[in-house]
Amino acid sequence: MNDTVIRADNLDLTFQTKDGPVHALKGVSLDIGKGEFVSFIGPSGCGKTTFLRCIAALETPTGGNLSVNEMTPEEARKSRAYGYVFQAAGLYPWRTIAGNIKLPLEIMGFDKAEQEERVKNVLQLVDLEGFGGKYPWQLSGGMQQRASIARALAFDAEILLMDEPFGALDEIVRDHLNEQLLALWARTGKTIGFVTHSIPEAVYLSTKIVVMSPRPGRISDVIDSPLPAERPLEIRDSAEFIEVAHRVREGLRAGHSYDD
Amino acid sequence: MHRALPVLAVLAVLTAIWYLGAWRMNTPWALAQAERAGVELSAGELFTETMRQERPRLPAPHQVAAELWKTTGEMALRGRAFSKRSLIYHGAITLGATLTGFALGVALGILGAVAITYSRVAEMSLMPWAIVSQTIPIVALAPMIIVLSNAVGIEGRTVPKAIISAYLCYFPVLVGMVKGLNSPSASQLDLLKTYNASGRDSFFKLRLPASMPYLFTSLKVAIAAALVGTIVGELPTGAISGLGARILIGDQFGTPLAIWAALFAAAILAGVLVTVIGGVQALVLKRMGMAR
Repeated sequence: MNDTVIRADNLDLTFQTKDGPVHALKGVSLDIGKGEFVSFIGPSGCGKTTFLRCIAALETPTGGNLSVNEMTPEEARKSRAYGYVFQAAGLYPWRTIAGNIKLPLEIMGFDKAEQEERVKNVLQLVDLEGFGGKYPWQLSGGMQQRASIARALAFDAEILLMDEPFGALDEIVRDHLNEQLLALWARTGKTIGFVTHSIPEAVYLSTKIVVMSPRPGRISDVIDSPLPAERPLEIRDSAEFIEVAHRVREGLRAGHSYDD
Repeated sequence: MHRALPVLAVLAVLTAIWYLGAWRMNTPWALAQAERAGVELSAGELFTETMRQERPRLPAPHQVAAELWKTTGEMALRGRAFSKRSLIYHGAITLGATLTGFALGVALGILGAVAITYSRVAEMSLMPWAIVSQTIPIVALAPMIIVLSNAVGIEGRTVPKAIISAYLCYFPVLVGMVKGLNSPSASQLDLLKTYNASGRDSFFKLRLPASMPYLFTSLKVAIAAALVGTIVGELPTGAISGLGARILIGDQFGTPLAIWAALFAAAILAGVLVTVIGGVQALVLKRMGMAR
């Protein structure tokens, strides 16, 4: 269970801007084991999204080491190690839901029969059976985001990277999707990296919560969740849950000054 | 009916203003004629006189409509639709050059937009010249294009006219397509990157389909510009056929009815062309699932 799939060692990323260098990440070290659900939480500018983008080889660190499945992130991408879910569902309006899910499959060269098969499977996985023929605008925001998760799952990557996937949805839909995401994680055993702004969301979902702070972007606390794997929504009222949430809040407060 | 009502109301007002203008502008000549003939005109008679002159300063709407019918529908009924006196014949000449120019302009505009989207060098070198090209008065350029194309041995006028027309109509397509090809969001482009998609895939699967609504909007502007370009190309070049030539000849021979009829034929042609493209747009976007 505890083979390390993502290993960051003293990672730096500095953007050169007109106003001087911006340290998006400084000295970030973290190991993520196979099958873990890791949340990254912190205020804007703490580098949580940047870190996720480094793992996905969408950004290149300026210092330190980062490996994914014991490869460079670039190589890992080429070997289809991960699926990425953005905050905006980003479904193509000119493709049906099934067509959108087929997009990565077409690009990666799966044959037609296999495409159909996989679309069917992932639609089932995200509870969207029967919606394959619909266009994105015919679906609600929550359903669109589920479709975009299905798209990320379609090519069977071992790692799922999610950048505030439910950030634009309302609380009720978000709760529902969180529950579904946990069920999906339990069923598939994927390693999940999840960026969020929400403390309850992070605590509810994760086996490991990474608290980050800005200027420079760094890790201020890593919390291994004591919560059991089986998590009904009511667990959020338990003493354990509240204690973890409290520790996350403390971590956020310690690493963040509101003066500047 | 809801949509037609405002249009019809504006049309009625314009027609009324037109009749008023015709009455005012044609009055001096009618009075002069009456004086020469030594008759007194009542107000009513004067009005009638201003509405039926053979060479009025401003022809009345019904005169233009009658002339238009005489040179199109009536000739077609007599089986002489393509006689050289028929506006159908001249319209077809203009339409041919317009469509050739439109095809050329759209191809150039799309190619230019692709180059600008994919190459920083092209963006910096092409775009300023594209803008400069539109600041040069086409009326000044048209004769040069005709002379040059004659000099390189191109027979006939269709090609130079099409070039002038393309010169006017590539620009909206270029601008629209640059915008359309760049319309996908950063995260949509990043998503393709996470699939390790090739440039070819990101063009055909994302950028091109995303640009379709922009393309059709600019095509509507472009087809109207192409028609204007062709007519301008027919004006200063001594052409004897085409709607532009009819306008010029009408001017030279002092037959205002012919000018106005040709003008309206051009306007109707433009309306039909824009409507056709609107229809194709609705059809394509519907098939792509982008119409709601």
